[in-house]
Amino acid sequence: MRFCMWAVLLLPLFLGSFGVEGIEHGSVRTERISGSAGDVLEDNPVGRLKVYVYELPSKYNKKILQKDPRCLTHMFAAEIFMHQFLLSSPVRTLNPKEADWFYTPVYSTCDLAPNGLPLPFKSPRMMRSAIQLISTKWPYWNRTEGADHFFLVPHDFGACFHYQGVLTKMSYRISSDTARHISYRKNNVGEEKAIKRGILPLLQRSTLVQTFGQRNHVCLNEGSITIPPYAPPEKMQSHLIPPDTPRSIFVYFRGLFYDVNNDPEGGYYARGARASIWENFKNNPLFDISTDHPTTYYEDMQRAIFCLCPLGWAPWSPRLVEAVIFGCIPVIIADDIVLPFADAIPWEQIGVFVDEKDVPYLDTILTSIPVEVILRKQRLLANPSMKQAMLFPQPAQSGDAFHQILNGLARKLPHDKRIFLKPGEKVLNWTAGPVGDLKPWAYRARVSLVLPPFQLLRA
Amino acid sequence: MKQLTALQQQGRRSNSFRNASSPLDATVDGAIKSPATIFWLVLHGLCCLISLVLGFRFSRLVFFLLFSTSSSPSATTIYSALQTKLPSSGVASTPERNISVGAGGSRVVVGRHGILIRPWPHPDPAEVMKAHGIIERVQTEQRSLYGVKNPRTVIAITPTYVRTFQTLHLTGVMHSLMNVPYDLIWIVVEAGGATNETASLIAKSGLRTIHIGFNGKMPVLWEDRHKLESRMRLHALRILREQRLDGIVMFADDSNMHSLELFDEIQNVKWVGAVSVGILAHSGGSEEGELPMVQRDNNETDEKKSEMPVQGPACNSTNHLVGWHTFNTLPYLERSARYIGDRAVVLPRQLEWAGFVLNSRLVWEDKLEKPVWVKEWEDVDRDGEDVESPLSLLKDTSVVEPLGSCGRKVLLWWLRVEARADSKFPARWIIDPPLDVTVPAKRTPWPDAPPELPTSAEKVVTIPESMEKRPTKSGSRRKRSSRSKRKHSAKVLDDRLSIRHPGDN
Repeated sequence: MRFCMWAVLLLPLFLGSFGVEGIEHGSVRTERISGSAGDVLEDNPVGRLKVYVYELPSKYNKKILQKDPRCLTHMFAAEIFMHQFLLSSPVRTLNPKEADWFYTPVYSTCDLAPNGLPLPFKSPRMMRSAIQLISTKWPYWNRTEGADHFFLVPHDFGACFHYQGVLTKMSYRISSDTARHISYRKNNVGEEKAIKRGILPLLQRSTLVQTFGQRNHVCLNEGSITIPPYAPPEKMQSHLIPPDTPRSIFVYFRGLFYDVNNDPEGGYYARGARASIWENFKNNPLFDISTDHPTTYYEDMQRAIFCLCPLGWAPWSPRLVEAVIFGCIPVIIADDIVLPFADAIPWEQIGVFVDEKDVPYLDTILTSIPVEVILRKQRLLANPSMKQAMLFPQPAQSGDAFHQILNGLARKLPHDKRIFLKPGEKVLNWTAGPVGDLKPWAYRARVSLVLPPFQLLRA
Repeated sequence: MKQLTALQQQGRRSNSFRNASSPLDATVDGAIKSPATIFWLVLHGLCCLISLVLGFRFSRLVFFLLFSTSSSPSATTIYSALQTKLPSSGVASTPERNISVGAGGSRVVVGRHGILIRPWPHPDPAEVMKAHGIIERVQTEQRSLYGVKNPRTVIAITPTYVRTFQTLHLTGVMHSLMNVPYDLIWIVVEAGGATNETASLIAKSGLRTIHIGFNGKMPVLWEDRHKLESRMRLHALRILREQRLDGIVMFADDSNMHSLELFDEIQNVKWVGAVSVGILAHSGGSEEGELPMVQRDNNETDEKKSEMPVQGPACNSTNHLVGWHTFNTLPYLERSARYIGDRAVVLPRQLEWAGFVLNSRLVWEDKLEKPVWVKEWEDVDRDGEDVESPLSLLKDTSVVEPLGSCGRKVLLWWLRVEARADSKFPARWIIDPPLDVTVPAKRTPWPDAPPELPTSAEKVVTIPESMEKRPTKSGSRRKRSSRSKRKHSAKVLDDRLSIRHPGDN
């Protein structure tokens, strides 16, 4: 198995499908990342595509945001910032006849519980209602049944609209104290339910831009674009330390190993991988791992050579973004994960992939990587275009994640002629899906927060 | 059997102890109180109690242990059941509910997975060494990328002489210099001639050293000592000139403390540079020697607390050198130390040598490369003249480059701490022959009198060997209990010297 991993690491070098050259970036030697089609990260999407933004009533976007401004800072804020970016971007066109792609601004991940985690229960209905609106008001949906439309669904399982695990997921940003009331006995009900739901039937033909990425998973369609989770760029850049600070930590990780609220016996959370890391390496001086919440988290990452990015309740995590920004080589422990912009960024050359079953031998794996390979990975990470591609800066800058999304959409052009349906032809089944989804969605101004948390158990 | 299944079903409910009452009611109401019923009731109650204590249902664990075939033994392990906080079992390498995801045959399975632990989850020393090798290599790469390009040799000049505190001070400087990541030449100038004592000490460093003797015993008065040190440094510069050593010259006095950032910063110097020196002239805990940095007019009472005075370059807002930070020692001269071993504060001179850095080519002979503003060596190196600071080498002091973000960073600290000039210590700090005289803490073996000054009469009587040193600052307090067992030695008080210092011991 280790040989296979080595083959995966070294194969791109031999095949030469990804070419890398060393250049002098100022006085720092970085390596240019080029995909098989050239320097796709530095492509400029302007002029290569045109996007039409539907004007939806504000109950789908602005009013929801006004109700809860926390949506602007949590991990799923990409949907809001993408809307703002597209409104003022040169790729936007006001003439829908010349548009290649159509964007529907629905903030489906903005219905937050008191602890800050999004409640996806109403999102399918909200999406349905939005699609019904655009299909009746404009002719472009019916023309292709959504095949030239794209949606941003950054939530846990994308367009399956269900949360992973339980609502008491702990993260750095959200305190879990208040969420202790909510607990489910069965812990994997989140993913199972999401799988049972599947992607919302109405979105089957559209392009989905989501953070969730796992191969051969129901909730990831072919042709979806995977994006990184939102991380506030100013906050990370305010914690930068001088680059000559020597990297003295070998492996660094801060986060949960056991989710005692939801999975006290272990084995469900992270498929046991995080627990395995703890049990195997808690005594190892090379591994600086703990559940602390230090104030110097970002600074410590810049003093580490490897940063672990294991899966949690979902395979993706903001740690990947943080590791890339701070130049720490990400060690990705998540089987079959699809990383952001996988067709533009050669992740095998930048990070280290470890199978979940190889976690007990992580120290052997990491110490046996040749030093030249490690130095090369660090040079690739030092490339500023790599860091830019992971961020959603305000206002948008060239090469950032917004532009990578547009590049991804541009690469899918021109549309196949077959997506255009003949008049009267219907492909989508508008009545598929759970019965609860078919109910109409109405925007309710917040009087008091919808239901007290514990009642969700009985719902 | 029916009751067993009924009990099992009840046991499967999440909080089995909560339902303890209901089966009791059900069975008591219904069936006859047969011994079997009572037995099962008791067993059930017992199980409930155990579950209550443990905090989880152990029935599954029991069934697993009883009925399952062996799972892969090397990969899994079972936790102690008493750990209620941590997960209680890490068993079952096969997932409980095998719902495979997607039609593509993904190997990712939803459900409960085992926690894989290898048989010996401890670090392997060979791997730890490899990891350290990797860290070293990465740091070297970092230094070459972001650190100084083309580092130059550092030449450190240290004046020293044999005395009690020499080992203490010189060890500190030696260790700092050993950690400098650049090439280093250490010129040690010793007053009173080169001795084996000093030579053996600096040989331990492994650095390239030039050990020079200097004729002239180190005087007891601080003023004279400062002057002799300047002459010793000039002598070292003379050696530099003769041997044409190339590099950056810095003055590492043996009692100073240097930060490693200093050595990175001085690589930036072109000809002459100046760094900020923190002056640690603060006496430990006593009222003497409170030296505020700047006399402020609007003195808040809190500001009285000593700010450490700093000597160094002063810059304006455009980072150009406009003057020098120093402090006026005149108000403190009466209270300052006059001779080595005096308990008062030792004051620095206006601008200490330690705060300056030179390019060694400034003292070379060839006329071509030297800039115009440097004086000729022969003008400077005149015997008898006191060269107070390297600024005397320059005709024009405005060309000095301020280092350390224009003097804002204090990169080294100046300190003078010495024992009395006549204090004795075992040679090379090897006790031979073994001690036979011990001294208690309360009574020092020598009188609390100042040593022979050049103007006064006879010499003080010899003092028996002892491990104790009496520093000028009374900061360190010795534990009396540790010394209480030691006996008082023969009387050594000299009646002739009758001056006593108050506030003793």
